[in-house]
Formats: sequence, structure tokens, C-alpha cells
Amino acid sequence: MRQHSPNQSGRAPKRLLARCVTDSRQVGDNELPNMALNWFPLWLSLRVAGIATAISLATGIFLAYVLANRSFRGRDVLDAVVTLPLTLPPTVLGYYLLVAIGQRSPVGQMYKWLFHSQLVFTWQAAVVASTVHGIPLLVRTARAALLSVDHNLERAARTLGASEWRLFWRITLPLTRRSIVAATVLAFARSLGDFGTTLMIAGDIPGRTQTASIAIFDAVESGDGMTARALVLVISAVTIGIVWLANRMETTVRG
Amino acid sequence: MIQARMRRHFAAGAESAAFDLDVEFEAREGVTVMFGASGAGKTLTLDCLAGFARPDSGRILLDDRLLYDGDAGVCLRPQERGCGYVFQNYALFPHMTLRENLVFAAERLPRLERHRRVNEMLERFRIAEFAGRYPHEVSGGQKQRGSIARALIVQPRLLLLDEPARGLDAPLREDLYDLLRDLRQEFRVPTLLVTHDIEAAFAVGDEMLVYHDGRIAQRGKPRAVLNQPVSEAVARLFGYDTFLEAEVLKLNPAEDRSTLRLLSGEFQGPYYPGSLIGDHLTLCVHPDELRVVDDGGANRCAGVVTGTVERPGGVRLRLMMPGSAGVTVDVPRAQSQTAAERKELWVEFPPAALHTLRK
Repeated sequence: MRQHSPNQSGRAPKRLLARCVTDSRQVGDNELPNMALNWFPLWLSLRVAGIATAISLATGIFLAYVLANRSFRGRDVLDAVVTLPLTLPPTVLGYYLLVAIGQRSPVGQMYKWLFHSQLVFTWQAAVVASTVHGIPLLVRTARAALLSVDHNLERAARTLGASEWRLFWRITLPLTRRSIVAATVLAFARSLGDFGTTLMIAGDIPGRTQTASIAIFDAVESGDGMTARALVLVISAVTIGIVWLANRMETTVRG
Repeated sequence: MIQARMRRHFAAGAESAAFDLDVEFEAREGVTVMFGASGAGKTLTLDCLAGFARPDSGRILLDDRLLYDGDAGVCLRPQERGCGYVFQNYALFPHMTLRENLVFAAERLPRLERHRRVNEMLERFRIAEFAGRYPHEVSGGQKQRGSIARALIVQPRLLLLDEPARGLDAPLREDLYDLLRDLRQEFRVPTLLVTHDIEAAFAVGDEMLVYHDGRIAQRGKPRAVLNQPVSEAVARLFGYDTFLEAEVLKLNPAEDRSTLRLLSGEFQGPYYPGSLIGDHLTLCVHPDELRVVDDGGANRCAGVVTGTVERPGGVRLRLMMPGSAGVTVDVPRAQSQTAAERKELWVEFPPAALHTLRK
């Protein structure tokens, strides 16, 4: 995968050039002037992961509900497609996404019509990559959790006159909260760490689409050990912190 | 009042035999007990009434509302049926306190009214003290009362209880029966109670539907069904263990007596309406209606002990009697010591103990 990435960057020669220029000038958006470190990749990663996790959460729970409760033709196909991002190599997934959201694709054109910009090689594309990775984690966990809720509780709520909507929000979802919190944390962590797919569709544009994982790779490659170490440590700390927080939540929300 | 007629067919599966539910009944105010062995279709009937399962055909009418009609294609959702359901495992929402469980049920009521109703029900069901606790923090009996309170707070037109006594200790079962008897007066909601516990059936049942193999084999007052079961299968559900062939020799309706050839001897029995001299009857005898006696005489017969089973109330003896008839007798505790030591015993068959299967 790492061998492929420089080639991938090479797909956009102008951007590669732009990167060299910005690298040499060491221009950052928001870091303290007396610090040599560029913190932009970290903020970008956190922002991308946050947004992607939120979208995965909503979409994942919706898909899980549909897969768990409705029977329709093509359910197995949907199930397989949703799980695919877990199994496909990241570059292969990236290639598919590039085709799917590229400038000439319907999605790409729709995006351009709506926001007057292209989608690929922007940080929004990184959100797409992370979301696609996060959804299967949430769908699989949430569906198993939804199915594990005692059927009689749902039946009881129905005999008490609760609509399916109220039943879902007041009974089913709270009872599956723990699994879903755990899956959300995984999705967030997965999204922080995404490399291959993000590189394929968002590229490696410092100050614009260079996420922390990619910045670490670049730093190591260019011998910037200081940046690499700093980012590695911060990412590790953030990840450990999140997992710790999630574990704590799981034990305190116990009803 | 609930009037129901339903059929449901299940094809034989890999691990299950084919099963047909085909029942028709009505139930008024009071407790109607659905009694029968596991797998006879009792719970399936409840599920069809509540709307969790859909019959293949039939019609269900609750008061003046049509809940299901196979021909017209009507099938109301459980939310619209107005049936309260008390589940075997209580199905209290585990993430809500008892009070929150009741509030959830009462959410359609206006706020002040809701608050008042919830408090009223908590008091009525003696769980006000535990209202702030979660279901896993209260006892089985409290959970039970909580789940009945939750079902009744929405003022259902029909209350369905699925094996409510299962898993409760004997004293708690008594409490439950008392509660159900009281509710009959207070809430006046027709109640269907599924059970395979004969104690429960007699303790609370006004009417009884005896289920056997997907059908209602017999219906009536519990006492009447007990006195004249319709078939051997039904009789066995009630604990009848001895089945004897008899021939009617004499009939005396004026004195409510008959003479029977039974166990190679002559016995006095009650008058059996509808039978003629020379008829062959199947008699069923309950083990606790027979008496072990010291010597022979009228309506007595000797038997050889073939087995003994210890029971809390004494000893159950299995005897072999003339004509290779197996007879089971319950010997009370006071007598059991002497009876258990003997190989051969005299047993008295009181005339009233000789029940016929209703043909």
C-alpha cells in the first residue's frame, strides 16, 4: 500500500507541486508562529473523523434497522454491499470511490451543481472515505444489538399503544446504546487511522487534504522525525483517551 | 366481551411436526382460563388476539370492534387493539424504573391525569415504595405486579396473561391468585389467562377452556370439567391416572345409583344419564378420591402393590387389580407408613369417585 501512494499522489502532478511549494515555505493555517510543527493535519483528521462518524452513526443505525426489521428483495445484496468496505483492500475501495464520486460521475456532477466545486481531492472527499469505512462497523454492531433486544419488550410497548417510532427511540435504541457507543468509538478510531482510501480520493495536499496519517507517512519519508513523533504521540494519546472515555461511559450508563 | 374464531396452519418443519390451531370461543367479564399442556396452542391464541401473530382465517371481535377478519382482510396492529398483555417474563423495560414503566404506558393521558393515574396504580399494586427502582432491583412478585399495573393503566378492553404464575414460589403464587380475584371485581375487564397449572385454573378461573393439540377439547366451569372430562387426554391433564372399563348392569335414576361390572366384581356407581343397561363405559378415577381400607366389603377390591412414589401429602401407590387393571391411589401421610409396608391392599371405590368420560 505504501509503495502505491507516491504513484497515487503522482496522479495529480499540480498538487504535488503545490505540496513542495508549501512544504518549503512551511506555511500553516493556525499554528503558533514560533512552533515549527504543523498541527493542521491533526485538526483536519479530527474534523474529518468527527463528521464522518456522525454521518456513519445516522446512516449505520438506519441501515441496521432496515436490515433487522424489514424483509425485502435484495436485502442480502444490500447486506453484502454494506459489509464490503471492511473486506476490500483500501486502494481498491478508493478506486471504486474515485469512479463513483469523480467529476464525471453523477454524484460528482450533482455535488458540483450543489456546491460549485468538485468533490474529489477536497477534505470532504476524506469525509466520504471515512464514512464508507465507518458504516459497516456501525451496521454490523447495531444490527446484532437490535436483534438481541428481547422481543417481548417491543411487543409490550406495542400493546401499550406506542408507535414504532416511539418504540425505537424510547425502548430499542436505549437498550442497544452500549453496543452502539462502542461501535461509534471504533468507527471514529478507524476514521482517524484511514490512509489508503483517503489518499486515493482526497489526495495529499498539505494544508488542505493532508490528514494526520498521511502527514506521518510524509514526515517519515522526508526524514522529519520530529513531526512524525509528535503526530504519532498525539494520535496515540487521542485514541487511548477516546477508548478510555467510551469504556467509562459504558460502565456509568448502566441502567 | 371477546368473540374469536381462528385457524392457523403450520407446515411440518425440519425439527417440528405440523400443527393446526383451530379454535372458537367467547369470553365475558371474569377470568377465563386457557388450560392445557405446553404446545397445545394457548400462547399462540393469545398472540393472535394481541396482534403479534396473524391467523390464516377467522374473525376476532372485541366488544363492538373488529380486530381481525380473514375474509374482509382486516387485521389491526397491536397498538390499535386495546389488549393488555402480561408476559411470562414480565417484559418490564429494564432501563426504566417501575414508575417510568407506568409513565411510558400512560403517556397518552394528559399530564395531570397521567401523574394521578400512575400514583394510583403504584399504590393499588403495592409497589409505590419501589417505584424508583429498576426492574432488576425488585423481587419477582413486585415485577409481576408492576407488569400487571402497566398493562391495566391504559384501560384495556381485554387482559391477556401468559403463564403469570410460572417461576413464582408457592406463597407468591397465592398472592397473585388473590390479586387476580380482586382485579376481577375492580377492573371488570375480561381476562384470558394461559396456564398449565391446575391450581391456578381452579384458584382464579370462572370459566375454563381446555386445550388439546390445537383445539378446545372441553369448556365450562372448572369444577364441571373436572367432574366429567371429555376424553382420556383431558382427564390426564386433571390428574386422573386410572382408567377402567365397566359394564352397566342396573340403573336406578331415582336414587342416583347404578350397578356396574368392574374389576371382575360388582360395584355401586352413581347414575349415568344417557347410558343404558349393557353399555360399556370408560370410568376415570382420581388417585385422591380412593381410600385404602383394612378389609374387603362393598365397592372394595384387593390389589398388589407394584410401585410407590413419595409425595409431599403422603404416598402414591400403584396397584395391580383383577383383570390386570392398573389403579393409582394416594395414601394420606397418616396412613402411609402402614400402607407402604404391605404387599397387598384393599381399596375402596366410593360411588362418587367413578366418573365417566363424557361421550
